[in-house]
Amino acid sequence: MEYFLQQLINGLTLGAVYGLIAIGYTMVYGIIGMINFAHGEIYMIGSFIALICFSILGLSGVASVPLAILVVLLVTVLFTAAYGWAVERLAYRPLRGSFRLAPLISAIGMSIFLQNYVQLLQGARVKAMAPMVTGGFVVTERAGFQVTLSYMQIIIMALTLILMAGFSQLISRTALGRAQRACEQDQKMAALSGIDVDRTVSLTFLLGAGLAAVAGVMTTLHYGVIDFFIGFLVGLKAFTAAVLGGIGSLPGAMLGGILIGLVEAFWAAYFAAEYKDVAAFSILVLVLVFRPTGLLGQPEVEKV
Amino acid sequence: MDLGNRFGDDGIQWGAILKDAGLAALVALVLALLLFGVRLSDGGGGGLEFRPWWVVIAVAAVFAGRAAVALWIGTRKPASGTALPWFDRAVARLSEHKRLLFAAFFLAVAILPLLPVADRRMVDLATLVMIYVMLGWGLNIVVGLAGLLDLGYVAFYAVGAYSYTLLAIHFDLSFWVCLPLAGAIAALFGVLLGFPVLRLRGDYLAIVTLGFGEMTRIIIINWSSLTGGSEGITGIPVPTLFGLRFTPSPAAGETAFHQFFGIPFGGIHKLIFLFYIILILALLTHLFSERMRKLPMGRAWEALREDEIASRALGLNPVLVKLSAFGLGAMFAGFAGSFFATRQGFINPSSFTFIESAIILAIVVLGGMGSQVGVICAAIVLILLPELAREFAEFRMLLFGGAMVAIMVWRPRGLLAHRVPSVRLGQAPPGALRGGLP
Repeated sequence: MEYFLQQLINGLTLGAVYGLIAIGYTMVYGIIGMINFAHGEIYMIGSFIALICFSILGLSGVASVPLAILVVLLVTVLFTAAYGWAVERLAYRPLRGSFRLAPLISAIGMSIFLQNYVQLLQGARVKAMAPMVTGGFVVTERAGFQVTLSYMQIIIMALTLILMAGFSQLISRTALGRAQRACEQDQKMAALSGIDVDRTVSLTFLLGAGLAAVAGVMTTLHYGVIDFFIGFLVGLKAFTAAVLGGIGSLPGAMLGGILIGLVEAFWAAYFAAEYKDVAAFSILVLVLVFRPTGLLGQPEVEKV
Repeated sequence: MDLGNRFGDDGIQWGAILKDAGLAALVALVLALLLFGVRLSDGGGGGLEFRPWWVVIAVAAVFAGRAAVALWIGTRKPASGTALPWFDRAVARLSEHKRLLFAAFFLAVAILPLLPVADRRMVDLATLVMIYVMLGWGLNIVVGLAGLLDLGYVAFYAVGAYSYTLLAIHFDLSFWVCLPLAGAIAALFGVLLGFPVLRLRGDYLAIVTLGFGEMTRIIIINWSSLTGGSEGITGIPVPTLFGLRFTPSPAAGETAFHQFFGIPFGGIHKLIFLFYIILILALLTHLFSERMRKLPMGRAWEALREDEIASRALGLNPVLVKLSAFGLGAMFAGFAGSFFATRQGFINPSSFTFIESAIILAIVVLGGMGSQVGVICAAIVLILLPELAREFAEFRMLLFGGAMVAIMVWRPRGLLAHRVPSVRLGQAPPGALRGGLP
């Protein structure tokens, strides 16, 4: 039971991170109907920028941990969002109205490019950082097995909750959210009623990249080890999460993320850890085959 | 931003160009500031290396590049449909003599290893390029003809390689028996994987095939009792030429290749033999897909690629049509895989990563989807150049990725985009030959 509880906590933490990244996939898919394959790489770049910022702050002797985390969050979100914007501007925008698979191929190219870009600039070896936030609560303890909920895990879950709440408000209340929903339904009609479609799409990419950057900061703090290749698997799993939850749906992305995180944690704990990635992919295949709309998604009608 | 009207009546608008380049440089500054400016130390420790000059160079390069592009676009005539009209005309002219070009290419390649200048390295490189040409043609059936984006093609390559290896080692079968078996197993694998997922839309299908590719690799790594895990399998036998082995010291009662022909033993004989095998296999792939385009099945592939709903309305069974393309593409990957295994002599899962799939896809995309000549050109550029220029190899994947984006932006139908329609009604209008498909 204690072991189960511990895995539940770990899985929820992991799931929160996947959920944050999955929102980027789901928003972009909703608005321009493409899989932004390079989104995992944006998360990876976020992790690198976060680690660089932490190192700079560490060298300049900032002692207060909360202040450091806050500053790094802000800086990382800004710089990573710039990458998200640039990727859209360079690789996707010229392709609107091109043939169906062109944006996906371009996105794969972008993903390979960004991976190697970071590898060339920062080296192929693993980068690591000493944990900044240590300690936590002991939830229960029996027969020498402690169930701990670390402060870092609390920060991750709390931040995810806050961001999710903020995001649903943004989508349902603000002018930007309305513009996004309008573009989702019909871009031409949205443009006719005075919405700047290009600007809305750009902002969507900015927001998605910003959330991926938050995920990057959190995983860098929590796990402390990054390399240029982390974006690939995490990106795939976050995409799986978005599909599982129903692509295009924000609460779906979060739900999917948490489910994927839980499956991965429990699978690694109770079955074979080597096959945990296979478990995630199998979910993707099963969902797509049996319920392509996901858990909370809307059925998609193909029009001629 | 629209750069088309920079070239006004009063000459080049320097102000607009400078402003535009300045904005681009500003973006570059934001992007480069941290990742270019600071280098993290490997491992932990938190040591940093600051390199401000890298940022300056990157920003300056973007500024100059953007300004140059703006000037170049501004001084050209208004765009005439495609980005490189002279290139299109050249491609169109060349493709009128397609058969001749093909024959010339194959003849040149076929006599290459017999020339006195051919050494081991050269034959080896030619073999490597031909493997990728064959894989490109195989994937072209799936991506180019049937329009199914397969990101896990390497899974079938791996299945072919492992099938051959296991059959050859455990059952002591010869290469020539294993080759069709490996192809059949890979095709079966393709059909089994394809059956549940081929109903999906194009981009979903791509991600699912990617997942299958990764799953195959993970299973190969972890199923150590069969596949040797991440160490792989060594000691894969080399094919024989009608029972003649390529060995300096044949077993008793056996005639080796050099003894039979009465020539001194040379290590290069085996390489040349392997090269001819892959050449013939590649040629088969090519002829097969060219013939298929004229058969009802191939027509159905292309029809489905162009418009699935219309094809369904005309009575095509999309799952069956897609499945055949998927399975046949997988079969050629299986052939190529068994050849790869026998050429290397050892295999391990690290040869079958996603990057390999991406390289094959890049060959197909860059060459122009559906174009057979394009695959040859792209394979030569993408495989040969990095092998020849080692200092370039470090940037290989970076350029791959960049090229895939650039091709999609400027020439979405690929470099050699010119493609004669398989079926045409009467006389085509003179303008229709330019710029690929409508």
